[in-house]
Amino acid sequence: MRYHFNFGDVLAYYPLLLKGALLTLELIAIGGVCGIALGIFGAWARSYGPRPLKMAVGAYVEIVRNTPFLVQLFFIFFGLPSAGIQLTELEAASLAMVFNLGAYSTEIIRAGVDAVPRGQIEAGMCLAMTRLQVFRHVVLRPALQKIWPALSSQVVIVMLGSAACSQIAVEDLTFAANFIQSRDFRAFEAYFIATGIYLVLAIFVRQVMRQIGIQLFPRKVKR
Amino acid sequence: MSDFTLWDIARGLLLSARWTIALSLVAFIGGGVVGLLVLLLRTGRGHALPVAARTYIELFQGTPLLMQLFIAFFGLSLLGVDTTPWGAAGLALTLWASAFLAEIWRGCVDAVPRGQWEASSSLAMGYLQQMRHVVLPQAMRIAIAPTVGFSVQVIKGTALASIIGFMEISKAGTIITNATFKPFTVYAMVAALYFILCWPLSRLAKHLERKLNAAHRH
Repeated sequence: MRYHFNFGDVLAYYPLLLKGALLTLELIAIGGVCGIALGIFGAWARSYGPRPLKMAVGAYVEIVRNTPFLVQLFFIFFGLPSAGIQLTELEAASLAMVFNLGAYSTEIIRAGVDAVPRGQIEAGMCLAMTRLQVFRHVVLRPALQKIWPALSSQVVIVMLGSAACSQIAVEDLTFAANFIQSRDFRAFEAYFIATGIYLVLAIFVRQVMRQIGIQLFPRKVKR
Repeated sequence: MSDFTLWDIARGLLLSARWTIALSLVAFIGGGVVGLLVLLLRTGRGHALPVAARTYIELFQGTPLLMQLFIAFFGLSLLGVDTTPWGAAGLALTLWASAFLAEIWRGCVDAVPRGQWEASSSLAMGYLQQMRHVVLPQAMRIAIAPTVGFSVQVIKGTALASIIGFMEISKAGTIITNATFKPFTVYAMVAALYFILCWPLSRLAKHLERKLNAAHRH
């Protein structure tokens, strides 16, 4: 028996696929913005924070980086309610993504922060800047500029990882593909098309990150 | 109704950890073999083959592993192969890992100074000879740390195989949760188990990086 591919049946569900793709983008927008913010805080804490905070952030980074995203998601969505924290699917998914990207970006941004020469920090102090001002104006910007490509890749990786959110019934792109294949049994075609859309999304997100980088860091670093 | 002690839960999870380890090994070793082939094509001469290898890498790096697992699971059966979760998960994870390893190793091959290529080329070595005797031995040293680091990604990647029905730690966690109604405890233990598997590898990767880098910088 030969199998006849039928992509038309799946494509007929394009509003559903589009809606799913938009939700995936929404998730990575929330996860990206809050995750990077958390990463900046984490990098600050790791480099300049008080000792207990340093250790707490270090433990957080190690735990997140050494456990699968799927398990983090399940823990937040299924586990936390029994500790009295009730979350909707969307809240749990957003939280998991922020939590996940936060740890990775802490590590990435910290590498950038470490690479800022001591002399620049001292120069900033000499200009009577407060510690926070030095971090904000002297350390953070060049640090982010240096690691922006790595951070962009990590955002794309987390976006692709968000496919797992369909497992807690978040209606993202993967959920749409699951739904379509359960309706018309065109499993291969549905996942094939969804994969293609993910590829487009990955390219799109990478471009967005590149543009943000160009806006944030108009000057090239002289080496 | 029977009660589950912590030990019952832990035993179930520990038994399923064997399958996480087995699948990780298959994916890592298989990915290494296929990845080496992709690397040879990617860094090789000519035009078509490097472009094909690059496309292969971009495709696997630009799409979710979960989608690759689904496509392998449903695609294999279209080819007339009797699909099991083992076969589909092994295949998808192998190909996925091969793309990432090929890209990691390409960076290491690129890090070998051009003069090494030119020198070996002037000794009338062919491409494979250059790779085998001159470039790879040097690139391998640089590659060890990131390769060990990637093995952590492979172990974490196997968690997604639970979604296509492969029985490993995450799947066991879901099943045990359904029986015990203790999601907090069970998923915390699942996470702890992954941590126990991954953390030593992460530490090793960091240690190797520091050690080999120091040697590199003299």
